[in-house]
Amino acid sequence: MDFILNEEQTLLRDMAARFAADARARQEKTPEAPDRRWSRFAELGLLGLTLSEAHGGLGGGGVETMIVAEEMGRQLLTDPFVPTVAVAGPLIAALGEATQQAQLLPALAAGDLVVVPAFLEPEARYDLAQVATTARAEGERVVISGRKAVVLNAPEADLLLVSARASGAHGDPEGLCLYLVPTRTPGVVLRAITTLDGRPAAELTLNAVTVEATARLGPAGAALPAMEQAVDRGVAALTGEAVGAMAALFDLTAEYLRTRKQFGAPIGKFQALQHKLVDMKVALELARSVAAAAAMAVDVADAEVRRRFIAAAKVQVARSGRFIGQAAIQLHGAMGMTDEYGAGRYLKRLVVIGALHGDLAHHLERFAASTEPAGPRH
Amino acid sequence: MKFAFSPELEAFRQDVRRFVADTLSPATRAKVDEGRRLVKSDYVDWYRILHAKGWITPGWPVEHGGTDWSPLERYIFEEETALGGAPPVTGGINMIGPVLIAFGTPEQKAAYLPAMRRGDLWWAQGFSEPGAGSDLASLATRAVLDGDHYVVNGTKIWQTQAAYADMMFALVRTRFEGKPQEGITLLLLDMNSPGLSIQPIRTIDGGQELYQCFFDNVRVPVENRVGADGKGWTYAKYLLGFERHGIAGIGHAKRQMARIKRVAAAEHDRGTRLIDLPRWRDRIALLEIELMALECLSLRLIQESEAKGAGAGPGVEASILKIRGTELRQDMFELLTELTGPYGIPFDEEVMRDGWGNGAPVGPAHAATIASNYLDSRKISIYGGANEIQRNVLAKAILGV
Repeated sequence: MDFILNEEQTLLRDMAARFAADARARQEKTPEAPDRRWSRFAELGLLGLTLSEAHGGLGGGGVETMIVAEEMGRQLLTDPFVPTVAVAGPLIAALGEATQQAQLLPALAAGDLVVVPAFLEPEARYDLAQVATTARAEGERVVISGRKAVVLNAPEADLLLVSARASGAHGDPEGLCLYLVPTRTPGVVLRAITTLDGRPAAELTLNAVTVEATARLGPAGAALPAMEQAVDRGVAALTGEAVGAMAALFDLTAEYLRTRKQFGAPIGKFQALQHKLVDMKVALELARSVAAAAAMAVDVADAEVRRRFIAAAKVQVARSGRFIGQAAIQLHGAMGMTDEYGAGRYLKRLVVIGALHGDLAHHLERFAASTEPAGPRH
Repeated sequence: MKFAFSPELEAFRQDVRRFVADTLSPATRAKVDEGRRLVKSDYVDWYRILHAKGWITPGWPVEHGGTDWSPLERYIFEEETALGGAPPVTGGINMIGPVLIAFGTPEQKAAYLPAMRRGDLWWAQGFSEPGAGSDLASLATRAVLDGDHYVVNGTKIWQTQAAYADMMFALVRTRFEGKPQEGITLLLLDMNSPGLSIQPIRTIDGGQELYQCFFDNVRVPVENRVGADGKGWTYAKYLLGFERHGIAGIGHAKRQMARIKRVAAAEHDRGTRLIDLPRWRDRIALLEIELMALECLSLRLIQESEAKGAGAGPGVEASILKIRGTELRQDMFELLTELTGPYGIPFDEEVMRDGWGNGAPVGPAHAATIASNYLDSRKISIYGGANEIQRNVLAKAILGV
């Protein structure tokens, strides 16, 4: 395993860091409309990061996605980078027919088309196979009915990637299809909500939404493996995003300990606080390291290895994120409780990431299920 | 960034793995596997095997018998030897060895280095004293010059396996004014010197590996001083900064993880293996994830320091590896004691040395050594700089206060 960024990756990181810092500064001064912000991502090529050059992309993989996501987390940006670039784009590239790819991917890379996945349902927690939404064929058309839970960035999306059951029983891994559903289709009802960390999202209801049969992405009834892989990409990207937020919060806290004075000295002189800060550092570096390994594992062919690393990274990030977020508030004292100071914004981002695409319990279960008694060598 | 190791590194790993599997004494490996106590021959026999292969002192300069491996190769070597059940290379090889190479006289190098590499010379460490632990610079063992000898009086403590030692390297005070660090000198003492005696200390695990050493007018020739009088503190810091690639103990941790899984698969509750019960399985999985994260961190820090050209391995970040590596292994031993249940209670010191011998085993074989191993593991967050000291060091580096 090689943890050192190559030259191109270093350039990407520097560029993404500048871009994200600018984006945050601009947003805090005079907020821009989401589509204006999004087109700035496109201008730098960040939206085609994971797409092939033939589709206007840069041909990057898990590592490149992580690099950008980390900078977004550091600056607490709310744009749909992970849903669109980490999850939806690669999924369309993997499953789409040539015409679908040609139609959708260049537009996605150009920032003209925001596509977000709508996989999970109100009763399903994080199980992608628990799909009660149905897809019923009616001649050349398909009628989709059901509900989808907490669809991130849906209010900004042009197109929803909806999982629906064409056959099989509830929870059956077989029988799932993916459909490309424009958000303006009659019967699509979005109840817009804002997440804890300020992202737009929606509860989605599909009331007999009728699409052409050609709106199906990939083979009929066999969408699950590709969905799982796409979500793994999303998880890896989210762990990178979390590392960015943790790193920024750690720096903020260390600076506070250097400058805040009590009892006639910077509070960083006191061992009780020093040791807490060191434990934050340990938690950060562990999370950073395993998140990087997960980003590298995204593009590994062996699905078992991929699953283990990505599940491990999500568990570690959930634990490190809670610990760092909470310790940062504590070390800031009452100042940490104020909305204005901003430490809480990082904690909220970390809590949300912990609950996205599978929480600690979900990924611990995935990891443990892949654990053999003898212990695979890795 | 790339997931796979290079084919060369992967081949190197396989070479080391095969070498350990082919050459390590099965009796020694069994002791390590079962958590029983090793004796001197377990160590020295292995050192001789390593010496014959040219692998006893990978970290030393090539002209003194080093291997010229990259930091990553050295890390993999340490991991694979530990994983394969080999005893750790100790007895001063990676402590006083590099100091002699850097600061010793040609005579000292000739007298000690080849013998150390052959496994013929074992060193005890004489640093801590009853009144000087974490505050090492407050050490009070005194050495007064008398002609061409130093006369040493005082005591050293917490010396591992001092009874195996032929020689001791010791920090002594030769000056009593000025800053405490400035009056310290590094001496090499023959363990057979008149006036030098050792006394074993029984530890909470039932073991007797630690010693206290007493000096009663012990005469040490001036030529046994390393470097300059009063510069011992500098050499000690050099010594403690050496060989930190493997400080997280990944190979040992992986062995313990495999042991946890073996035990959890052998122990049953109402007919179900513990490893299949979510309450246990989750705890095992959490430790395994922590181990993966720590392994990734170890690799990352080595590669980052290599990329920066630091050469000497991780710097202050090594304290992160020490803290997490020790606390993780302690958590593993804690879980092992819980997994054994009621058969973690009986304890027979004989089992730690020789196994059950002729008597019928009490409880499952895997349970007999776990309580002692657990108690022994409490030391790892204390020795080599207590974890609280490591946290102080890190905080200072982070905050600059």
